[in-house]
Amino acid sequence: MPLDRIALADFRNHRESALDGTRQFNLLLGDNGAGKTNILEALSLLAPGRGLRRATPAEMARKGGSGGFTLGADLAADTMPVRLGTLVDPARPNRRMVRINGADSSAATLGEWVSLGWLTPAMDGLFTDSAGARRRWLDRMALALAPTHARTAIRYDEALRERNRLLADDAPPDPLWLGAIEQRLAEHGAALASGRRALVAALTQALSAAPDGPFARPLLAYQPTAPEDTAAFAEALLRHRARDRAAGRTLIGPHRDELTVTMAGSGAPAAHCSTGEQKALLIAVTLAHAELAAKGRPAVLLLDEVAAHLDPSRRAALFERLRGSGTQVWMTGTEAAPFAAIMEEAACWEIAGGAAHRVS
Amino acid sequence: MASQEIETLAAALARLPGLGPRSARRAVLWLVKQRETALVELLSALETVRDRLVECPVCFNVDTVSPCGICADPRRDPRAICVVEDVADLWALDRARLFAGTYHVLGGRLSALDGVRPEDLAIGPLLGRVAAGGIDEVVLAMNATLEGQTTAHYLAERLEQYPVRITQLAHGLPVGGELDYLDEGTLAQALRARRPLA
Repeated sequence: MPLDRIALADFRNHRESALDGTRQFNLLLGDNGAGKTNILEALSLLAPGRGLRRATPAEMARKGGSGGFTLGADLAADTMPVRLGTLVDPARPNRRMVRINGADSSAATLGEWVSLGWLTPAMDGLFTDSAGARRRWLDRMALALAPTHARTAIRYDEALRERNRLLADDAPPDPLWLGAIEQRLAEHGAALASGRRALVAALTQALSAAPDGPFARPLLAYQPTAPEDTAAFAEALLRHRARDRAAGRTLIGPHRDELTVTMAGSGAPAAHCSTGEQKALLIAVTLAHAELAAKGRPAVLLLDEVAAHLDPSRRAALFERLRGSGTQVWMTGTEAAPFAAIMEEAACWEIAGGAAHRVS
Repeated sequence: MASQEIETLAAALARLPGLGPRSARRAVLWLVKQRETALVELLSALETVRDRLVECPVCFNVDTVSPCGICADPRRDPRAICVVEDVADLWALDRARLFAGTYHVLGGRLSALDGVRPEDLAIGPLLGRVAAGGIDEVVLAMNATLEGQTTAHYLAERLEQYPVRITQLAHGLPVGGELDYLDEGTLAQALRARRPLA
């Protein structure tokens, strides 16, 4: 299976936990606060980025521990497994390092080995949350498909800060200087928006190929606030200078774009759907993205507290689709009952007090 | 504990780029041991620099003569100016003696966040040099960072009114570099800047 021989030391509430003999379905069962999601978070650090809680290294180190942490996992490869690991040295508690087969490596390289996606209860309010939360979600998914997306986003932010700083000045900004910054902003902004649009198009295609039920089919639409062509974008920034200066910040561009999600059929905006329907829409997108991201690499999906909130027919459909995808799945729950249909084939651990105990 | 004098010297050295307190103390100890030779040599070198170092009034390079050795060199082509952000960039370019023209040191790059504005850089004198005539080409050799490229773009606009060729250093595949190891941004840039071979 993609990830096996998982070891965590001094991570969150886990002093020393090991999970061996993984399967396609892996269940982590235990009470609230036992440390189930912490294991998912640890696994999420084997992808580029800050993990599923976007936490700092210091937050992830065990309280009362060394001040650092280590985690590692074997990734199944053609002949020999590749050892993926990440650690924080107590001497440098703010810097997380990545090791691949024992050699220092960049976090971005992890994305070349494994595709990791997740769905957590913290994402439940995504459709009613701020547009910024949806943009972050979109960017994280785009990054999993195109590693340059992260760099484009960073450069766009740099240029945006420069323009906003100039606009907020008391003295009228030098128009040529502003123009030079707008040129960079338009270049990176157009690339950022086109990366997001490409992701939405790919997701739409994957969603249209998915079975009709029982998960509601989401319709995704990327709503840009600026033209996607560099020259037209720069031109729009020029036109909006006076308004942006009055506001003290840039009012168009990918940092203001919106992703709208509606339910196919009814056409209802996702934000107006019931909690259960919103969850089903999220699952549909997560599954579609996992399929896209898995191309050419092993895929792992982390589903935190997902199964328990579905009715039995949807749960059965979810298991069915996951089984067919070949993706390794990690699921958490407070009790075994919702997983009865896959108990036979699943690896199952009981998590209590920051320790993992294999039960089947 | 070292004497006050030695502590003062260590503190002064510690401020040098790339040094820091620990390395500075090590340097001081070494200088104390070699005070008859290396320390004397260092003192006289520092004194010479202090007494004679001047900023070139033409290109803003630093040298012990004015105008600087490059501006005064009759073998240099005065019709081409290479504009760089800092003296360190000038040294890097001139170490290899690749550019036969003269230079112009801006003294930094435009940065709204750091509060570096056009009037803080030697842009006026550059325009003055170009306006005076006799210049065919201005090479913009800014760093390939966001601020460097913003500065290059800004300068190009300001220079547009003069009858000079404005060029920029190429961005892309480094010599000896393997495609496989390049990030996609650099690869895309290299592809855009491709040129006919033959």
